[in-house]
Amino acid sequence: MRVWVVVAVVGAVTIGFKGAGPVVLGGRPLPPRLSRVVALLAPALLAALIAVQTFGAERRLVVDARLAGVGAAAVALALRVPLLGAVVLASVVTALVRAFA
Amino acid sequence: MSYRDGARRVAPLAVAVGAFGVSFGVLARDAGMGVVAPLVMSATTFAGAAQFAALSVLGSGGALFAAIAAPVLLNARYVPVGVSVAPALHGPVWRRLLEAQLVVDESWAVANVGGGRFDRKLLVGAGGVLWLVWMIGTTLGVLGGRLLGDPSRLGLDAAFPALFLGLLVAQRRTRGFVLVAVLGAGVALALVPLTPVGAPLVAASLVALLGLARDR
Repeated sequence: MRVWVVVAVVGAVTIGFKGAGPVVLGGRPLPPRLSRVVALLAPALLAALIAVQTFGAERRLVVDARLAGVGAAAVALALRVPLLGAVVLASVVTALVRAFA
Repeated sequence: MSYRDGARRVAPLAVAVGAFGVSFGVLARDAGMGVVAPLVMSATTFAGAAQFAALSVLGSGGALFAAIAAPVLLNARYVPVGVSVAPALHGPVWRRLLEAQLVVDESWAVANVGGGRFDRKLLVGAGGVLWLVWMIGTTLGVLGGRLLGDPSRLGLDAAFPALFLGLLVAQRRTRGFVLVAVLGAGVALALVPLTPVGAPLVAASLVALLGLARDR
């Protein structure tokens, strides 16, 4: 029962979160002020996702194998390795560091 | 841009997303969620971090409120993310609502064509592929697919920040771009130890409000 309450409520709220913008504002250009905000959402949120997924562990900050993997990907990207290569490299380096460090 | 372009752009992540889907299915069963509930959750919530947060509270016997609040907070960032893709989604309300469900961090990131604009076909192609592998993974997981073990052992958790890094550096740097990226990362990291999981990403989204400042 508890499980189903969680599944139903979280599912419904998430559908609402994702759908709110497109349902209310869909199909037409955003007002200029809002579109300036939206233009900056990508750098703000992407950078935050990178930071949290590299250093975050629940509510702690840690330096672990992920940093080696993401660092290797950064170097690869700087050397113009395609995205797929950089993503695979990140996983391989992280796995190796975890296995041997 | 076609649906296929969208699918191709998230292909690097398909394996990782599928593997975490398996992991979610396995852990959900261990947490006593049964077989059907995890599948319904993957189909409707379709957001990895939130689903793992919900099941970790459920599995540890935490309060019902916490099992709902943690994933809801984690998904709150999809409100501004939804607004950002709204101009790209057109047609009847039901179609906009449906297509909006394919928004996850990864499909949103690859559908970004710069300057705050998004491509509908990229979004739907990428989101569709991710939804499919997430469902396949969850199904294998709840049916007892323990073949993979912990995806982190394969380093698959590092695939996500690597993808986002590649997409971030490929973006056209409009005015304020670098400042906002640095602030977004800084705010998120500073809040990780201080706030519930999820809040750091919401706070980082708010950094984009700097776009309201006049000369930025």
